[in-house]
Amino acid sequence: MQNKTFVAVAVGLGLISLSACGSGDGTSSADSKTVTLVSHNSWAVSEKVQRDFEKRSGYKLRVLNDGDAGQAVNKAILTKGNPQGDVFFGVDNTLLSRALDNGLFQPYAAKGLDKVGASYQLDKDEHRVTPVDYGDICVNYDKAWFSEHKLTPPRTFADLAKPAYKNLLVTENASTSSPGLGFLLGSAAAYGDDGWQDYWKKLKANGVKVVDGWEQAYSQEFSGSTGGKKAGGDRPLVVSYASSPPAEVLYAKKRPSTAPTGVATATCFRQIEFAGLLADAKNPKGAKAFLDFLISKEFQQDMPLNMYVYPVVRGAEVPAEFTEYGPAAEDPETMAPAKIAANRDQWVKSWTSLVLK
Amino acid sequence: MALPVAFFALFFAWPVAAIVTRGLKVDGVWQFGRIADVVGQPDVRHVLWFTTWQALASTALTLLTALPAAYVFARLDFPGKQVLRAVVTVPFVLPTVVAGSAFLALVGHHGLLDELWGVRLDTTVWAILLAHVFFNFAVVVRTVGGLWAQLDPRQEEAARMLGASPSAAWRKVTLPALAPAVAAAALMVFLFTFTSFGVVQILGGPTFSTLEVEIYRQTSEVFDLSTAAVLTLVQFAAVGAILAVHAWTVRRRETSLRLVDAGVTAHPPRGAGQWALLAGVLATIALLLVLPLAVLVRRSLDADGFGYYRALTDPDGGTFLVAPVHAVWTSLEYAATATAIAVLIGGLAAAALARRDAGRLVRGFDALLMLPLGVSAVTVGFGFLIALDEPPLDLRQSWILVPLAQALVGAPFVVRTMLPVLRAVDVRLREAAAVLGASPWRVWREVDLPLVRRALLVAAGFAFAVSLGEFGATVFIARPDNPTLPVAVARLLSRPGDLNYGQAMALSTILMVVCAAALLILERLRTDRTGEF
Repeated sequence: MQNKTFVAVAVGLGLISLSACGSGDGTSSADSKTVTLVSHNSWAVSEKVQRDFEKRSGYKLRVLNDGDAGQAVNKAILTKGNPQGDVFFGVDNTLLSRALDNGLFQPYAAKGLDKVGASYQLDKDEHRVTPVDYGDICVNYDKAWFSEHKLTPPRTFADLAKPAYKNLLVTENASTSSPGLGFLLGSAAAYGDDGWQDYWKKLKANGVKVVDGWEQAYSQEFSGSTGGKKAGGDRPLVVSYASSPPAEVLYAKKRPSTAPTGVATATCFRQIEFAGLLADAKNPKGAKAFLDFLISKEFQQDMPLNMYVYPVVRGAEVPAEFTEYGPAAEDPETMAPAKIAANRDQWVKSWTSLVLK
Repeated sequence: MALPVAFFALFFAWPVAAIVTRGLKVDGVWQFGRIADVVGQPDVRHVLWFTTWQALASTALTLLTALPAAYVFARLDFPGKQVLRAVVTVPFVLPTVVAGSAFLALVGHHGLLDELWGVRLDTTVWAILLAHVFFNFAVVVRTVGGLWAQLDPRQEEAARMLGASPSAAWRKVTLPALAPAVAAAALMVFLFTFTSFGVVQILGGPTFSTLEVEIYRQTSEVFDLSTAAVLTLVQFAAVGAILAVHAWTVRRRETSLRLVDAGVTAHPPRGAGQWALLAGVLATIALLLVLPLAVLVRRSLDADGFGYYRALTDPDGGTFLVAPVHAVWTSLEYAATATAIAVLIGGLAAAALARRDAGRLVRGFDALLMLPLGVSAVTVGFGFLIALDEPPLDLRQSWILVPLAQALVGAPFVVRTMLPVLRAVDVRLREAAAVLGASPWRVWREVDLPLVRRALLVAAGFAFAVSLGEFGATVFIARPDNPTLPVAVARLLSRPGDLNYGQAMALSTILMVVCAAALLILERLRTDRTGEF
């Protein structure tokens, strides 16, 4: 028995010391001088802007990226009651109801909310979430391909089902990809609860291709993107974002005078992202200061080039590249979060059996 | 025994139970009715059916291609055999993202086959099956080949001498002796392919879904925890059944055979038949295993020589807070910690299991130890999140979670490697030492340790390689400022742009080289009875 006791004690001590140094950084989150942001992997801010926040508010910002947008929300719901941080950023209108119904947030009306456009304020009675940014999911087209083939690029949802555009569109799986879901919801908003299935039957007959994720669709199958050109993509239409054309310009090795891609401006679905004060946050004061910061002009103007989204605060300037290379969506489709929550699972299910099987 | 049990209870059983309970218990009432509901859905039935048949097909295909190779490695001598044995094992420890992208470069859009003959296999079930063969080739070669090398060839020769035809001798002598090993290997391959995740996600496209992929989707995207819980239980039952059968075949293999030193059974190829077989096996390995890896290395070298490798040392502000090359050190640190934990836990478990007086309960634990290999990483990952959230075990944001999760996957390999060796230690040696007055600790140090040292090193090496490549659980837990190599590869792959793709390939190559080096060192240490996984 002697040897076993020895080993058990040694290992026990080892594990305790391991967990002790492990929880070392865990406890620092409870420290009232630190505010912990839980977000998805796309969260980004300029270093200078973050330092400004820390200097002005006196809080140190700690960021916890917790997977993609859906995963981050799900994990936050699972850890409700003992949250991993104080403030959450990155729940969008397609997931908003899930977060609110689960009581993820506590109310707080951020300072400067009056400057946020009314159309973005989807919880304006209770202020459980604060709108931070928006973006439009739209079909992009390869300009060179369409001019080569002397074809007018599509503009509307209906255009995409026309024979002229047969076998040209690639989109993403609505059940695994956020732009894929956005495009489905956009079509449902445009054609109604009963009409969207017929629309997708037509799209399918017109040779729409579905891949799992945005990366694959945009950087491999689409012929207009830098990645797609390299990979030999042969689809000149792709479901992406209204901000993708400016991104093509800004990330090019040699900056072209115009964007190589364009946007089918009447195929858009609006995505709004929110932040909120987590229920049972350990540092609610710090979280409130951070929410104020998120809709400050400084952050709102810094945000577009970091996350490729548009500001929601009136008077915040959009970078020149955005307006120059990317046209704005025309009356993007929208849908109430409650309606999305009520239908999304069912729609995705019928969409899957309709389009994929 | 107490420590391994505590470890698995705390870091595996409890988190998994927590997440399943969360899904099946609504307002304090168990919803067992959900089980019938979910299993009755046509979609779920479809997934179950696909999961099963693709696993069966993959297993059959793997056996078909790898059994001749097992023979060649066991019975033929040829130059470069050791290196080649390490090479065929590399895919097994390679993270699925890397292997998936290597396969994509081979059979995908503008892959090698597409450019040569216009053949594209991605989003077909063939890509999945081929990738499964790629991954599990080594399981068959090592499990079956390890035993085959030690089968006494004189038995078959005796049968021939007594007038049996070659096929009769093979059917009546060699095959029965090998059957338990083949069955064990087939079951392992079946287990790995039944729970396949990364391969199906990357190569299958949106139309194919295994149980594991569906659990991931239900947990992480649809957030239907009750469906996920039911599916987890279904997978649990299936995996449990597979493991029970596996434990049974392993035991049969350990008991009834007369084995000889592997060194004396191999000989240089003789006659046209053996040369042809050797050539065929080498060609298969070259096409199926080496070619995807070569394509990967080739793609990492595209930008003027080592451009992508140099780019790895540049810090970048977006995806990582550190230079991607930093992931190499993080990975090595994590893998070393995970190895230490896995060797400790797995070693103690193996020691307990090897005791002659081990009862049925302890032997049952043997199968349980393998269970982490068959449980969805997302289940464990989400389980960690809700189970390990209270002091003193609030480990949610601690780096130690990553090595712990990796050790869960590594420990079964340690047990599998150590167990046969420990069982082979003559108990009389221990008794003699004890009679002569040695304390139990001293007996272990002076008798067991010298005998099992090599096996221990081999086990450690395997645990290290497996931890290094572990992806499923790590991706849930690893923090963006401390990505491991596979996580960094996946992140780079998910970003558009040429430079990111090239860097992903370069990092994959580094990972592959580190794994291959670890395995080559193992080949040198290989003991006769450690061929089993």
